[in-house]
Amino acid sequence: MAKLIVSPSPHFQNKTTTQVLMNDVLIALAPATLVSLLFYGWNALLLLLVCVATCVGCEFLIEKYLRGREIPCISATVVTGVLLALNLPPAAPWWVAFVGSLAAIGIAKMCFGGLGQNIFNPAIFGRVFLLVSFPVAMTSWAAPQGWLPIDAFSGATPLAQINEGIRQGIPADQIIAENGLSGWHAFFGAAGGSAGEVSALALIIGFVYLLVRRVIKPYIPVAILCTVVVMTTIFWLVDPGKYTGPVFNLLSGGLLLGAIFMATDYVTSPMTTIGMIIYGVLIGLLTVLIRYFGSYPEGVSFAILIANATVPLLNKYCKPKRFAA
Amino acid sequence: MKYRTFRIGGVHPAEQKLAKDAAIEQFPIPAKVAISMAQHLGAPATPVVEKGDKVKVGQVIGTPTGFVSGFVHSSVSGTVTAVEPRADLAGNMVMHVCIDVEGDEYADGIVTSDRIERDIKGSPEILLEKIKKAGVVGMGGATFPTHIKLAPPKDKKAEYLIINAAECEPYVTADDRLMREHPHEIVLGARIMARVLGVEMVVIAVEENKPEAFDALSDATLRYVGIDVVKMKKKYPQGGEKQLIDAITHRRVPSGGLPIETGCVVQNVATSYAVYQAVQKDKPLIERVMTVTGECLPEQKNYLVRIGTPISAILDSVGGLPMESAKVISGGPMMGKAVANLEATTQKGSSCLLVLTPEQTARTPETVCIRCGRCTQACPMGLEPWLMNRLGRNGDYAALEENKIYDCIECGCCQSTCPAHIPLLDIVRTSKAEVMKIIRSRAKK
Repeated sequence: MAKLIVSPSPHFQNKTTTQVLMNDVLIALAPATLVSLLFYGWNALLLLLVCVATCVGCEFLIEKYLRGREIPCISATVVTGVLLALNLPPAAPWWVAFVGSLAAIGIAKMCFGGLGQNIFNPAIFGRVFLLVSFPVAMTSWAAPQGWLPIDAFSGATPLAQINEGIRQGIPADQIIAENGLSGWHAFFGAAGGSAGEVSALALIIGFVYLLVRRVIKPYIPVAILCTVVVMTTIFWLVDPGKYTGPVFNLLSGGLLLGAIFMATDYVTSPMTTIGMIIYGVLIGLLTVLIRYFGSYPEGVSFAILIANATVPLLNKYCKPKRFAA
Repeated sequence: MKYRTFRIGGVHPAEQKLAKDAAIEQFPIPAKVAISMAQHLGAPATPVVEKGDKVKVGQVIGTPTGFVSGFVHSSVSGTVTAVEPRADLAGNMVMHVCIDVEGDEYADGIVTSDRIERDIKGSPEILLEKIKKAGVVGMGGATFPTHIKLAPPKDKKAEYLIINAAECEPYVTADDRLMREHPHEIVLGARIMARVLGVEMVVIAVEENKPEAFDALSDATLRYVGIDVVKMKKKYPQGGEKQLIDAITHRRVPSGGLPIETGCVVQNVATSYAVYQAVQKDKPLIERVMTVTGECLPEQKNYLVRIGTPISAILDSVGGLPMESAKVISGGPMMGKAVANLEATTQKGSSCLLVLTPEQTARTPETVCIRCGRCTQACPMGLEPWLMNRLGRNGDYAALEENKIYDCIECGCCQSTCPAHIPLLDIVRTSKAEVMKIIRSRAKK
């Protein structure tokens, strides 16, 4: 007779594993990645491959030779690589991708103990690391020719154009009108910027997929986007010449990419619904403040990085609603 | 219509009610039975028969030891061959009375006809005494002696009697079949308990996946006022006592408190049937409905089984244990106990015998926690299993107590949803035992 297993309950285990969840994130990232390749062509593909290969290689070497184990979840590492690639200027040289990946995995992830232990989102950390280390390479938006028979976008990102314009005393609405930066063009895919920011629609498709598959809860992205809309509407109503409006802010820059894919990273976001909402609002506030008043045109990365640091506190003080008082 | 349910956490495992269309069959009386003296929560009963004694069906063979304890009756007629410690379903060594079966002769006074006796006679005290003498216990699995639950402390007043017909565990269909086939007995049992408690409101809570049972009970309650049959949303662990009270009344049992503090008494639907038998037929609890199920079994059954029947005999009736089976579970897959010994015998709380294959039940390797928060979202008590895993492994019992580990009802929602397959409940159970030890030693001082 077969041997019987005797173990404590429960005797049933959900088939969803960490690997399955991370594969779902990769599938959700596919539309945005494909659109970025279509628009930016071979160089974007090169950056993507360098990022993924460096992330996986770096984690493999550290896990293998410093800890003596395999990579616990390879898809999570690939997600970091893809996200970092989507956060690079499409014309960036390959070594920027390489260095950024080393920083993301080597410093932000592995120094803290690997999967599940990092405080800061590795991809965001990698991007910010590059931004402060190689500011020129990271803000050169001369776009390479893509696989689509349309003119590549070059020049500064819409946010940078406006930032620069306002500094010179040109009203924001005038810059938007003159340069055709209504914001809506970014919806389908016609905005300069990082590779992954090119199409809001592709990002939103990914968001819907994540929600349908129940990979993430909607609280964090919705809190971020609502906060940005409310804040920018107030400022815009006060002085439309100085501040950009809500639609423009919602659809331009890395806001959607950050809100949907970076801020929702399990490891670096809070556990409870109330914690998630506070975290989202914090990111939204910081994003708007940095965009309006900071010296950088783009604020999402810094906002998420700062909010990441508050997560242990949020987990400590935002307890779930207990059943029994 | 929006069905009622509890308001925190919960999961939706596949229901797998494979045996729901199998009508209840009388399981043949085995040649030998072994009846445990520890079939109820609390102190085991004291055996009152000796080797060589002749016993009849329904004769008392064990009497209560102390307050939280209960009577145990012979489920067969025959000769006592041994009174000895044996391994029970959970693997614990407890006293069993072993009987060789001879015929099927009932003790005097037990009515065996199927006629439905609607007339409830006797004062609450007499009814309660009958329930106690019949050895009725909570048949949902916890096996708390029913007569104690029906006699709340004098300063506590029961307002609601809730009949737990949620049967939220996957696979188990015993209660479903009982409700479909014996709705009148169940309703009468509920009325008896309501009279004992002196409550005006009785709620029978059925999950939405049992529409036939809901209809049968609704028909059976038509003639009575003060009994509602309520449809509940399908969600595990709806049948948890605290969750059910929350779902029905929106009242919450306080931490460390008893359900009666919310004015509610919860009894299982099979218990209600047993109460009917005890009071209207003077028939003690000697048999129960038990589901025999599993994808790997050729047949799915709902048997009326005499207490003390060996597991092996029941499995033999469906073609024996299949080669590919990995685990035999007494109860459902979420809270049931894995059976270590197939010669162990059925008890009053044995609602299901579930056979699972290695693919269905083998534990997969644990990976690291990625703090996805699924365990926290699933916990029906609003606890943080991920945190308890960390604190438990570090032995930080003070922090565990602060985070209310003692509130855990061990439903298994956290562990079954964990994508890293961390044995969260194992850790919580062992840590909880340590914390309870600390709390008790502090109380002594």
